Amino acid sequence: MSETKSIKEMNKSSSSSLFRRNVRKFMNNKLALFGLIVVLVITIACIVGAVMGIDYSTPNLPQMKKPPSAEHLFGTDTIGRDLLARVLYGGCYSILVGVFCAVLSSVIGAVLGALAGYFGGRVDKFIVRLSEIFQAFPQLVLVMMLVAILNKRGLGNLLFIFVITGWMTTFRMVRNEFMSLKSETYVKVCEAFGMSKSNIMFKQVLPNVMSPIIVSTTTNVAFFILQEAALSFIGLGVTDATPTWGNILNAAKSLSVVTDQWWIWVFPGLAISLFVLAINFLGDGLRDVLDPKQQ
Amino acid sequence: MSEEKKDVIFKVHNLKTWFPITKGAFKKVVGHVKAVDDVSLEVYRGETLGIVGESGCGKSTLGKTLMLLEKPTGGEVLYNYDGTFKDITKFDKEETFKFRRRVQMVFQDPYSALNPQKKIYTSFEEPLKVHGVSNAQTREDVMQKVLKMVNIQPDYLMRYPHEFSGGQRQRLCIARALEVMPDVLICDEPVSALDVSIQAQVLNLMKDIQKEMNLTYLFIAHDLSVVQYMSDRIVVMYLGKIVEIADSKALYDNPLHPYTKALLSAIPVPDIHNRKKRQVLEGEVPSPINKPTGCAFHNRCPHCMEICRQVDPATIQCGEEGHMVACHLYDKKD
Amino acid sequence: MDTKEIILDVKKLNTSFISDRKEVKIVKDVSFQLKRGTALAVVGESGCGKSVTMNSIMRFTGANARVTAENIQYNALKDGKIIEHHLEKIKKPNGPEMRALRGPDLSMVFQDPMSSLNPVYKVGDQVAESLIQHFGMKKKEAREKVLEMFRKLGIPDPEARIDCYPHQFSGGMKQRVVIAIAMICNPELIICDEPTTALDVTIQAQIMELLKGLQINEGKSIVLITHNMGLVAEMADEVCVMYMGRVVEFGSLEDIFDHTSHPYTQALLRSVPVLGLADGQKLETIPGTTPNPADLKGGCDFADRCPFATDACRKGSIPAYEISPGHRVRCIKYNNFPEVD
Repeated sequence: MSETKSIKEMNKSSSSSLFRRNVRKFMNNKLALFGLIVVLVITIACIVGAVMGIDYSTPNLPQMKKPPSAEHLFGTDTIGRDLLARVLYGGCYSILVGVFCAVLSSVIGAVLGALAGYFGGRVDKFIVRLSEIFQAFPQLVLVMMLVAILNKRGLGNLLFIFVITGWMTTFRMVRNEFMSLKSETYVKVCEAFGMSKSNIMFKQVLPNVMSPIIVSTTTNVAFFILQEAALSFIGLGVTDATPTWGNILNAAKSLSVVTDQWWIWVFPGLAISLFVLAINFLGDGLRDVLDPKQQ
Repeated sequence: MSEEKKDVIFKVHNLKTWFPITKGAFKKVVGHVKAVDDVSLEVYRGETLGIVGESGCGKSTLGKTLMLLEKPTGGEVLYNYDGTFKDITKFDKEETFKFRRRVQMVFQDPYSALNPQKKIYTSFEEPLKVHGVSNAQTREDVMQKVLKMVNIQPDYLMRYPHEFSGGQRQRLCIARALEVMPDVLICDEPVSALDVSIQAQVLNLMKDIQKEMNLTYLFIAHDLSVVQYMSDRIVVMYLGKIVEIADSKALYDNPLHPYTKALLSAIPVPDIHNRKKRQVLEGEVPSPINKPTGCAFHNRCPHCMEICRQVDPATIQCGEEGHMVACHLYDKKD
Repeated sequence: MDTKEIILDVKKLNTSFISDRKEVKIVKDVSFQLKRGTALAVVGESGCGKSVTMNSIMRFTGANARVTAENIQYNALKDGKIIEHHLEKIKKPNGPEMRALRGPDLSMVFQDPMSSLNPVYKVGDQVAESLIQHFGMKKKEAREKVLEMFRKLGIPDPEARIDCYPHQFSGGMKQRVVIAIAMICNPELIICDEPTTALDVTIQAQIMELLKGLQINEGKSIVLITHNMGLVAEMADEVCVMYMGRVVEFGSLEDIFDHTSHPYTQALLRSVPVLGLADGQKLETIPGTTPNPADLKGGCDFADRCPFATDACRKGSIPAYEISPGHRVRCIKYNNFPEVD
């Protein structure tokens, strides 16, 4: 028994050295570190703001269109709501949309990609055609259709559409990786031991595809945030009652706002750009750390 | 090999493994790659049967078919289950799974044979778990035992594959295959990816393990000198067919088939005094899709006769017991 | 020896690679001379620096490599006159000076014929390329030359084959095309980096015959990089055995095979299975594994695997001793012989 423990306990330090080396490598990448810090700061600020229950929705007409001041750091919007509160609260939704859609579409893409890549043949053909069909639908039209059918705008619509139209890039990547990995000898070894197909697919091969999946999920977060902003800007996103970064920008559709009340669009715009930029830095940094080809 | 009763462990009759070549949108089969074409042989318990041939001769496919990693197109493979022979090509899922504890395989490339994302420990534990060793303690005991056989310290298990050299990795792969206590180990080019100074280590280790566990080896390699060092009997394959089977010594002393002779003469010998006149084969191996009619070797054979172009030679015994050859040159002698 | 006899003279070549801000020495103080019209075999295991040595001479090393040498002298013999080229003084590894030499003077055959050829061009055009580059030949003229070369190298049906793409060729034929590319500008020195490792033995025999023929009939000088002692015995006039970036033994074929002196060479020769071993005869093994070049200590690099190692082996640098004319061994077992550098 004592010997048993010794095997597992011995070299615990060496087994985690790979992880530690990756962390060190990441820390050395200044841009990625900057990205990580910005993402964390914005996310935490948004969550803290939302938890504290700041008032983002009560119109305060006398205070409308006030430029940034000590009282309203980001100024107020066209009906006098505090913009800082709205940006923070909207951040929660925007980040939620981004993260939720990115993770869910990655999961769908990874599972389908694993199936298609590992089995090949007819299964592969079917799933590839399916992905092509989804890709052929314009996202915008789908959203409009759904809004028309359900006759209401909401967060749920958006999430649903984003997920079902967003899994294809991850899918194709995972499928290609699987196709090349399934000829690796260790897969043959597992087959020679009679392991089940799901075991081989998800426990043996999938961990080897995890790094590109993580990287693409990160960059997808940025992509979905931008998508949400774009849809909300044209008024197809979340209802006006719930603020998102794109929704706040919606107000900047009028020319007078753009020219006279710069703070109304500059701050949410800045929030989006900064966050997306930071996420992309983070994704690039992760790619450098995780990609075995660059080691 | 001694003369007394030979315990046959594998009986292969007319085994064929063909891969279809499809064309067009409707997957019309336009031809076959006849990787293994009508192969018959017997493997005895405890021996090392070497299978040698050039790339594309079907030796690896033969190994994979015997391992049930490829589906044979025809013929039968009988495996000795304690005296009764069962045709493994007709096994269902359950029987195939159980068969995997009898026959295991060591692959060519030790660099990709261990999952790079998993600790060696995980890679070693998984096969045991799959084969129903549910007790963690028992699993560890087995792992300790097989690691001892290949001279690797047990605490290395907690490392990742990239921390090991090629030779160590191949030893780990051998140890992993031995975990399920197989009777037969199919070794597909086990040393060809290793450095020359490491090859001898692994080969000698394999010999020691064979003695210790009374294993049967199917040793597949392209390097005749390695095969000859390891094997009791040698099968020479050319384009999916067996051209000669002989005892290791007999094959070297008295090769019969012109291809075997050419193969022997093509191997460079590290001896500067006894340089033999080399017989260089003309041409190249034909494609296994459009095999020449008659003897597959006839277009490169220095002794090609008219009959060789038309009739596929049968495998006949020639010379001593167990020396089989498929060549028209030896037709008349019987 | 005068420059007429020596085609390539390398003195104290050092190559190191910089990775992760650490400098790792791969080739250390390698010196050798190649006589005109002979074949030199460079033997060693993977990672011993044999390919890097030759790539350093040809300046094919990447941007993270640092090559220094006291002397890399190539003596071209053109119309009976000797032109000395000092390759170590050429600054740009891909500059015009170096490019002018590659092809008409020095050329290289790589290990993997499958990836040495560009799959989207016809093989004939790939061979003709350097003729057009170096000699400004017309396409038609070059084609004639290529056909001639194909015939010489035994490529069957050259008129049809010249317009084929690489994927239509088998491995052995591809390697012949690669050799044709190396030979087309009629270089004096051909460096073959494991030219047959990716090929079958019967094809290997064909290619080796071909190379030997080029050396004997056309007076080419050949450097053969290999790990196969059998090929060395058949091809080489002189042998250079390398271990961990150093030349551990250098000598004529007889020196190496009949008077094998360095423990590593001895072990290498005895650990390779040869045909016709007696029953039950066991191969000798070299204990341990090849060390990582990044964590080598001082002393002899082979000491940890050497049966004769003493404490003295692990200290300082081990010089080479000349145990008979032209036979140099880097091992302090022979310290009663004169030291050479």
